[in-house]
Amino acid sequence: MLTRYSIELNHAWCKACRICVDFCPKKVFGVNESGRAVVVNIEKCVGCTLCELWCPDFAIKVEGSEQSGEAS
Amino acid sequence: MAVHVDRYLRLHKMPHIWCPGCGNGIVLGALVRAVAELGCSRDEVVVITGIGCSARTNAIIDFNTFQTTHGRALSFATGFKLARPEMKVVVVTGDGDGLAIGGNHLIHSARRNIDITTILINNSIYGMTGGQHSPLTPAGSYATTAPYGTLEPVFDACRLVEGAGATYVARGTAYHVVLLQRLIARAISHKGFAFVEAVSQCPVGFGRRNKMRTPSEMMRWQKDHAVTVKAAAGMSREQLRGKILIGEFVNRNLPELTEVYGRLIREAQSRPGGE
Amino acid sequence: MMQGNEACVEGAIAAGVRFFAGYPISPATEIAELMAEKLPRVGGAFIQMEDEIASMAAVIGASIGGVKSLTATSGPGFTLKQENLGYAAMVEIPCVIVNVQRGGPSTGMPTLPAQMDVMQSRWGTHGDHPVVVLCPSTVYECYVLTIKAVNIAEMLRVPVIVLSDAIVGHIREKVVLPDPGEIEIVERKKPLVPPEGYLPYRADEDGVPPFITYGKGYRYHITSNNYDEGGFPATNDHKVAHALINRLHAKIEKRRSEIIVTEEYMLDDAEVVIFAYGCTARSAYSAVETAREQGIRAGIIKALTLWPFPREVFRKLGGRVRTVIVPEMNMGQLVVEVEAALKDNPARVVPLNRVDGKMITPGQILDLVKEVI
Repeated sequence: MLTRYSIELNHAWCKACRICVDFCPKKVFGVNESGRAVVVNIEKCVGCTLCELWCPDFAIKVEGSEQSGEAS
Repeated sequence: MAVHVDRYLRLHKMPHIWCPGCGNGIVLGALVRAVAELGCSRDEVVVITGIGCSARTNAIIDFNTFQTTHGRALSFATGFKLARPEMKVVVVTGDGDGLAIGGNHLIHSARRNIDITTILINNSIYGMTGGQHSPLTPAGSYATTAPYGTLEPVFDACRLVEGAGATYVARGTAYHVVLLQRLIARAISHKGFAFVEAVSQCPVGFGRRNKMRTPSEMMRWQKDHAVTVKAAAGMSREQLRGKILIGEFVNRNLPELTEVYGRLIREAQSRPGGE
Repeated sequence: MMQGNEACVEGAIAAGVRFFAGYPISPATEIAELMAEKLPRVGGAFIQMEDEIASMAAVIGASIGGVKSLTATSGPGFTLKQENLGYAAMVEIPCVIVNVQRGGPSTGMPTLPAQMDVMQSRWGTHGDHPVVVLCPSTVYECYVLTIKAVNIAEMLRVPVIVLSDAIVGHIREKVVLPDPGEIEIVERKKPLVPPEGYLPYRADEDGVPPFITYGKGYRYHITSNNYDEGGFPATNDHKVAHALINRLHAKIEKRRSEIIVTEEYMLDDAEVVIFAYGCTARSAYSAVETAREQGIRAGIIKALTLWPFPREVFRKLGGRVRTVIVPEMNMGQLVVEVEAALKDNPARVVPLNRVDGKMITPGQILDLVKEVI
């Protein structure tokens, strides 16, 4: 499957607040055993970057572009 | 894509000291992205803070930064701006720092219309000292110094600075982060005293004591209670009870202090006896 | 003819002060009024702030902005300034505070002189902070000591207090000011390293870190929490705290000889010495002249630097001095320091105190001289 977006998580900064998990409109995130965010549904990511804007710990980076999205 | 904030961070200061789910990071992200969006160089931006959780925003960002005494950031900023009118001066304060101990400085800075952008992170509580009530703790909420609930009414910070003479006034929330970034960007580009209240969450100091156990619950509260200025225009008083207005309230152009003073200097120097 | 407060303004401008923030208060207001008039003419800025706390903050903010800055106040206002004076001492921002003393405590006697802030000027803010205090007794000294205050502030990155009083601030005297070319002006030490190598609080051997303002490519952080060489909080680091507080004091101790100014008069054969400062020194001179006319061997040590306390000067007193009189317009604030400085000298220390808003007269001092001789 072609993924249009990739999400980079920095677990050294993540404090397991769950904001990304609860608010991602596409339910892209889950949590690992320590409660930190993990990407579970990358194929559903629409690149809205809200998770990155909302992450209080700057632990999320969404990469990809609208252009490559359209191309796929 | 979004501007990656880590490019503007002092990486050796990360992870930062705020609690899990604290809204300060979201507001700081909006500020950094607003600066990036405006194309300001890091060297021309000065971020000044006071004391409290809000004051810890500037140590971690790679701009010119200084933390001052409790409530006094705007007074330090006033001196700095008069000395260096060409710099972009941003003050980040909180509801205790900016409205209680710093309230006098806030209204006078607004009155002077000095070109300083003030971001007041409103988390309804004194977070750093462990959850005491502030001038923005809603009446009836619990705090360590209000074990029976607060008895005092709150300020409307935006109306306060508007009344004092601020020429740009807006409110956003951590939940409405895209709007918040836009409001901060406009505030920074505005010539004059610009004030943005950022309604934020303190899950540990406020939420836990007030039936909002998680950061997400608190952000959901922001989502459910915020009404845009535009939407509010068509709503009744009854419908607006308990809501928070978000958006731009004031955006007007009036003479700015350092510009006016610059003219005074030029005139004084052209008179006989001037240098 | 010039007033003491006016001489402070002239001295400040000659020293390069280009920013003043203040708040109206008797008997210091003339300094603000004259600054408001004169600063824009030399390209500087004046602002009247909403209170004394804010004016001290604005002065530090402007100094961080790279501009030599000064404020003026009196007793109650000086108390309000202490909060941010401590900030300046801790984060090492050059600034000068002129305190034109009046009678206290509290609002006391707003227009009458006193010397009640000697201890407040040294210990007014919390924490064991470094500070320098200079004390003029004439209009000319208001001028030269304000210049010296600005120079020390810039050289050592410390707040410097000019401790004037209602008499010295308001008296009019004929003064001949030095030519601008003769005045030594000190500028703050700039870093010699590029921005990548700059640590804002890495001190040189003199204990003073080079200082550069923002906007010149050097981005750094300042905090008044206990901080490391990089300027970042090291709130619970005992080693860093120990080194920092010791360095802040050492940078002043190392320069004692440059900071301390005293004046000696008729000391060589003196049996009674009057240790005086500020407006009280004026009466002391008059008293000693009369005493000498009457054949009494009296002399004077006048302190122009109060803090660090000029203990060295007392070493000059030999065994022939039997009594040291310390006239002060307070309940006896420096007399304790004099006693400490004379601990190996058998001379007796006698205080002379007056706290009613009137000057200690030459007659009062002379009477005491005759009594102890």
